[in-house]
Amino acid sequence: MKQRASKPSRIAASDITPPERYLSRRAILAAGVGLGLAQGIRGIVPNALGQAAGAPGAALAYTHNAKYSTLEAPNSYEDISTYNNYYEFGTDKQDPAQESRSFRTSPWNVTIGGEAEITGTFSLEDILKPHALEERIYRLRCVEAWSMIIPWIGFPLGDLLKRFKPTSKAKFVEFKTLYDPKQMPGERTSVLDWPYVEGLRIDEAMHPLAILAVGLYGKAIPNQNGAPLRLIVPWKYGFKGIKAIVAIKFVEHAPRTTWALSAPNEYGFFANVNPAVDHPRWSQASERHIGAGLFAARRPTLPFNGYADEVASLYSGLDLRKYF
Amino acid sequence: MWATRWLAKPAVFVACLLPAMRLTAGAFGMLGVSLGADPVAALLHGCGRWTLNFLMITLCMTPLRDLTGSVWPLRFRRMFGLFAFFYVLLHLSVYVFLDQKGKTNTVWQEIAKRPYITIGVLALALLLPLAATSTTRMMRRLGKRWTQLHRLIYPIAILGVCHFWWQVKSDIRQPLLYATGLTMLLGYRLWRQRKALLRVSAARFARPDAA
Repeated sequence: MKQRASKPSRIAASDITPPERYLSRRAILAAGVGLGLAQGIRGIVPNALGQAAGAPGAALAYTHNAKYSTLEAPNSYEDISTYNNYYEFGTDKQDPAQESRSFRTSPWNVTIGGEAEITGTFSLEDILKPHALEERIYRLRCVEAWSMIIPWIGFPLGDLLKRFKPTSKAKFVEFKTLYDPKQMPGERTSVLDWPYVEGLRIDEAMHPLAILAVGLYGKAIPNQNGAPLRLIVPWKYGFKGIKAIVAIKFVEHAPRTTWALSAPNEYGFFANVNPAVDHPRWSQASERHIGAGLFAARRPTLPFNGYADEVASLYSGLDLRKYF
Repeated sequence: MWATRWLAKPAVFVACLLPAMRLTAGAFGMLGVSLGADPVAALLHGCGRWTLNFLMITLCMTPLRDLTGSVWPLRFRRMFGLFAFFYVLLHLSVYVFLDQKGKTNTVWQEIAKRPYITIGVLALALLLPLAATSTTRMMRRLGKRWTQLHRLIYPIAILGVCHFWWQVKSDIRQPLLYATGLTMLLGYRLWRQRKALLRVSAARFARPDAA
């Protein structure tokens, strides 16, 4: 996010990435570029991803995308991988890290369907093959009024969607999580209506900020964070970021998404981060930043989670109180 | 009596403090205790949970006396009740000072605006007179009215469980557990009262002058 550099008032001194962190980030980057030069960047990506699908925690080759990364200091790997909302693996924040340990992410298939010229079931390797990976350091705002900064590794969702040539009837994109109660203990309960479904309007899905993530902190994404493939839409509440995706479908009408079905007055289809529209049971005006410590001040929540310059135009003329 | 006063009571007292000590240690990262990535939420929910636990434990003492035929449980009832009060004060302090950072304006707004907070605060307010009249002197001074006043524990516990239930996103299993426990504890009292009434009317019916 370039605008952060030009609006220093929004950044606290403590938010700036400490030098040892960005220096090490550059070292990773240099290593990645070096490898890329030696082998041709296209050549090594599927290789790295082959590892990603098979071995969580395997190192990935990627380039850092500064244009779309915030300068704020990322949360620790520990915080990001032990504090998760992933009800398929339990409703306590620490459940997913415990319960997803033996989750199998390989082999993994993704079914592409609906209003597109190319449809079918594809292996994860085929899905990922043409895409170069980028690091995007994004802000994450949970609907529960806490936030983190997360260095995802992924690629633009739009680039993937275009490969399947959506037709003019493709007005929305629907995503589904794996339904496998044997592996996902939460799916044996009726806490939510399984499988988890999420959706985006097609223009939202094509926005360059919307990515599919396969990695975290330069390594293959941990199971509890949505391995092997998850959605990140940084200007929306975290629950839009569907995990362990097995189906992507182009559809004409807005999909019925899981949380909106569960409590329609509390969770909308759009779920854009909006400090002016409260959750019926709590305020969305400010957030507790994870990792900031017991006595740190709450941070004001920003419209579209700080990405208003990039995405507000998608919603011009839309009543954001009604379409929350 | 000596053993209760100088051994059992201090031991129970310390045991009741353990959750607070664990949470405090976790808050400051001492003794290897960690509260995870979001310590404020852990403290808030931890203190709230222990308030409910102590309300339940307090309500268990009368049935326990009836069941065992020993008055022993009643000797600890006041301590448990006061610990419920202690944990709810911690819960409120964590909310006001750590979660809302002492912004009293926001706190008042939230209390007024969010029904689950409103009823939580109401439950706490109802606990105040009970804590204030918990001394033996007050007990003697109020006599029969003390018993009546302290029946407030029933609506307080109901409000507490509702407060918990209302803020859950979708997984109601934990609040359901408390609601079930509370229903049993209050149901027992209704049943006992009904039985006592029946006994009284039966006794009256059996009196020769009633015939």
